[in-house]
Amino acid sequence: MPILTQEQAKALLTKVLSYSKADECEVNIEGSDGGNVRYARNSVNTSGGVSKTSLVVSSAFGKKLGVATINEYDDASLEKVVRRAEELARLAPENPEYMSVLGPQTYGPPSPTFSQTTASVGPKERADAVEKSLAVAKKNQLTAAGFLENSSGYSAMMNSKGLFAYNTSSDVAFNITMRTADGKGSGYATRGYNDFGKLNTEFDTDVAAKKALSSVTAKAIEPGKYTVILEPTAVAVMLENMLFDMDARQADEGRSFLSKPGGKSRLGERLVDERVNIYSDPWNPELPSSTWSGDGRPQEKVSWIEKGVVKNLTSSRYWAQKTGIKAIPRPDGAIMEGGTKSLAELIKGTEKGILVTRLWYIRSVDPQTLLLTGLTRDGTFYIENGEIKFPVKNFRFNESPIIMLNNLEEIGKVERTVSAESEANYLLPPLKIRDFTFTSLSDAV
Amino acid sequence: MKRRNFIYLTGVGAAAAMLPAIPVWGNDISPEQALEYIDPAAKKILSDVALNAAKSKGATYTDVRVGRYLNQYVVTREDKVENIVNTESFGIGIRVIANGCWGFASTDKMDKDSIAKAAELAVAIAKENSRLQAEPVQLAPQQGYGEVSWKAPITKNAFEVPIKEKVDLLLSVNDAAMKGGADYINSILFMVNEQKYFASTEGSYIDQDVHRIWPTFFITKINKETGKFETRNALSTPIGKGYEYLDGRPEDKIQTASGTLYKGTYDMLEDAKQAAVQAGEKLKAKSVDPGKYDLVLDPSNLWLTIHESCGHPTELDRVLGYEANYAGTSFLTLDKWKTGKFNYGSKEVNITADKTEVGTLGAVGYDDEGVKCGKWDVIKDGVLVNYQAIRDQAHILGLEHSQGCCYADNWSSVQFQRMANISLQPGKKPLTVADQIKNVEKGIYIVGDGSFSIDQQRYNFQFGGQLFYEIKAGKITGMLKDVAYQANTQEFWNSCTAICDQRDYRLGGSFFDGKGQPGQVSAVSHGSATTRFNGINVINTARKIG
Repeated sequence: MPILTQEQAKALLTKVLSYSKADECEVNIEGSDGGNVRYARNSVNTSGGVSKTSLVVSSAFGKKLGVATINEYDDASLEKVVRRAEELARLAPENPEYMSVLGPQTYGPPSPTFSQTTASVGPKERADAVEKSLAVAKKNQLTAAGFLENSSGYSAMMNSKGLFAYNTSSDVAFNITMRTADGKGSGYATRGYNDFGKLNTEFDTDVAAKKALSSVTAKAIEPGKYTVILEPTAVAVMLENMLFDMDARQADEGRSFLSKPGGKSRLGERLVDERVNIYSDPWNPELPSSTWSGDGRPQEKVSWIEKGVVKNLTSSRYWAQKTGIKAIPRPDGAIMEGGTKSLAELIKGTEKGILVTRLWYIRSVDPQTLLLTGLTRDGTFYIENGEIKFPVKNFRFNESPIIMLNNLEEIGKVERTVSAESEANYLLPPLKIRDFTFTSLSDAV
Repeated sequence: MKRRNFIYLTGVGAAAAMLPAIPVWGNDISPEQALEYIDPAAKKILSDVALNAAKSKGATYTDVRVGRYLNQYVVTREDKVENIVNTESFGIGIRVIANGCWGFASTDKMDKDSIAKAAELAVAIAKENSRLQAEPVQLAPQQGYGEVSWKAPITKNAFEVPIKEKVDLLLSVNDAAMKGGADYINSILFMVNEQKYFASTEGSYIDQDVHRIWPTFFITKINKETGKFETRNALSTPIGKGYEYLDGRPEDKIQTASGTLYKGTYDMLEDAKQAAVQAGEKLKAKSVDPGKYDLVLDPSNLWLTIHESCGHPTELDRVLGYEANYAGTSFLTLDKWKTGKFNYGSKEVNITADKTEVGTLGAVGYDDEGVKCGKWDVIKDGVLVNYQAIRDQAHILGLEHSQGCCYADNWSSVQFQRMANISLQPGKKPLTVADQIKNVEKGIYIVGDGSFSIDQQRYNFQFGGQLFYEIKAGKITGMLKDVAYQANTQEFWNSCTAICDQRDYRLGGSFFDGKGQPGQVSAVSHGSATTRFNGINVINTARKIG
């Protein structure tokens, strides 16, 4: 099924709703086309074309909800899926937290989430991009393992109270690991875009190659507390664990890092260094995202942390109504305000420290303090007197992003980056942090 | 294992943060529809369309998987049902070799034209990519089995149990926990049925019916005065069984210093009651003094350590570098294996790969490339002796046949090498849990799995747990908290000094072992008996913020 235009989507969803006999009905549809290539050992490994579409009908009788899904769009199938949702709703137990569907909403202007260039990419364009990456490996006598994926699609929703929303979007993901033949050096780069035209696999592979070549003969230095410079993708995996947990209900119920004794939350309090400003903005040209969430709520520009103070928390509509707060949906991506210094300038201004390319296998150790553990990977270097002196062996860390953002030394220039853990895209700066806690050494390369 | 968007299914934050991705794909269906079974004869007709179409376009090998994947999840918190999910995913995945290169395509349009088109697309992709291939795919020989079938030996199909009975169970569990002093409880029942049909140009037509179940809960207890909270997760395991897993038979219960533990079947209500009490005890527990301890690890904790530090590094695709960009490579390189002497662990350590053990998550008759499954040694008397391989890797080990480790998590995913059940064999001499504890001078007894992290070559790991008990001079003296153990894989397994006997052998496992790009999940079990490791580094994880 091709990408539906706004008018086509509206016509289809109107038809689906016309079959509804429930108290309330809401219909979501989405479809996408894309493909991927995976390569390793300097050779293509697996690849595939991916085309998927689904239509979800949610029907409610009172507080009893039923959901049914289909991927066929003839009239009989559409009526069948509505009937099935209604049958399931009648059988469902009552959900006291069910919230009536939203009425018509006002969304901001369209966000530039769609790229025609990306939508035109096929197996040949993907193979060409991978070929350029493999050429860098050959030139440097390195071993490449990488992944390239692109998709383009649309999403739309409509409900029995007259809400309608529509969006198109496209995504490109590329990540590459380069290793030396002796297995002693490894480098990594990751990129995400909406526009395939911005992707330069040769450039990114070259970055990974340089890290691989310069990370051989790593020295072991004692674990302990160090000043670190985290590259943006390393910042991403630390900060997203904080952002994922900024939920009002969790905080109010007393089981989050934002909880305080006596059933209160830290909303409105200073949590981290006052230079920290984190927000989301669907219209940011470098990180555009949908102007509405899956349940029809508008996605707006929201400040999460302003001058170190917790400004807003996400919330379900049920919890917001119960507690009298604004029901802010979870954002798609986040932005941290940056400074003016490049990564090279941050390094230049560092007397002693460690440059971290990537942090990996991040897991929560203690939800109360948001203590996380994980390891450095694919390029860890010792800095002395403003210069990278030598590669160092990887470390395990145990650190909380809250403590980290209180130990902030400097903020660099923002760039679009990707979390290697969640694959989410962000606009983040490199950060210089003092007293970052490394607890043991790893022999891994 | 990998964590993804699962958390959003329940809205649970802290407690479920341990849980990884859950694939809620597929179409929603009624519970009754899940009981329909598609006639293998019909699947054979569809498979032959794909096999013939690929061959006519120049494929030199083709396999086809017609898959129907059923999931049912019942999700509750305290006195409320949050969600009931019934999904079905049905379609066909076609894998070919053309110009010596793999190609794959899939479709959920199950008419003959759409299937033929998908087969042709798979061949076209293989041909396009063959220009990027270093050397042609080399498949280990595999006989065709003709028309055969395999069914998981369950006694109660969970999909036949009425939803109301499941909801009633979870709400009674929640009620018991709340009455027992819990502040919050989330409970979930996961049920999975894979109905998969495999056909290949080698002449196999294999119909298989696989069942899995996982009942679990997360309890939170809060000290209102201090604002501190602790959690206690269920001590159940995901398992390759039907609803009979919830029978909680008296003969399947093991009493230890931590309360009741479970072998083979699970008493969810009883565990919720003891968990509510233990969550309160955790709030009052002593914060651990960091240092070296002898650890006595219950199978509910050790399974995850086995999974990460033995299961993953013996996967041949990691050893060879196919996962270098994502999950990572392995310290167990081929040169170490070739010496025949690489000392992975102490001589107590015998670890097997087994795709046949009844009740395990990985048990099937045949893998997803039509290879009959078996059992083999991976670590023998502490020495690395073998890996886990599939057809296009077998020649690298000099094997004449694949070891049957191929799996895809859906018809739309391409199959690749996934972990077999990797299990630590029990000790040969009689030894109980009480004996283990009695013999320890300064140690910690750990039950249940918690936080977990390991590096990309599987050297350095850190694990937590659910319950920690201090051992002094052979006696449990009280509960500890803020405990995590850090070690190097080889040093850790070489510090293994005693393993309880067969009577204590129990399974743990994961529904969501993540690997590959695009990411796929796989379910796998790990058996072990309570095991002692000497002189392991324990850190204190308590911190203060703000």
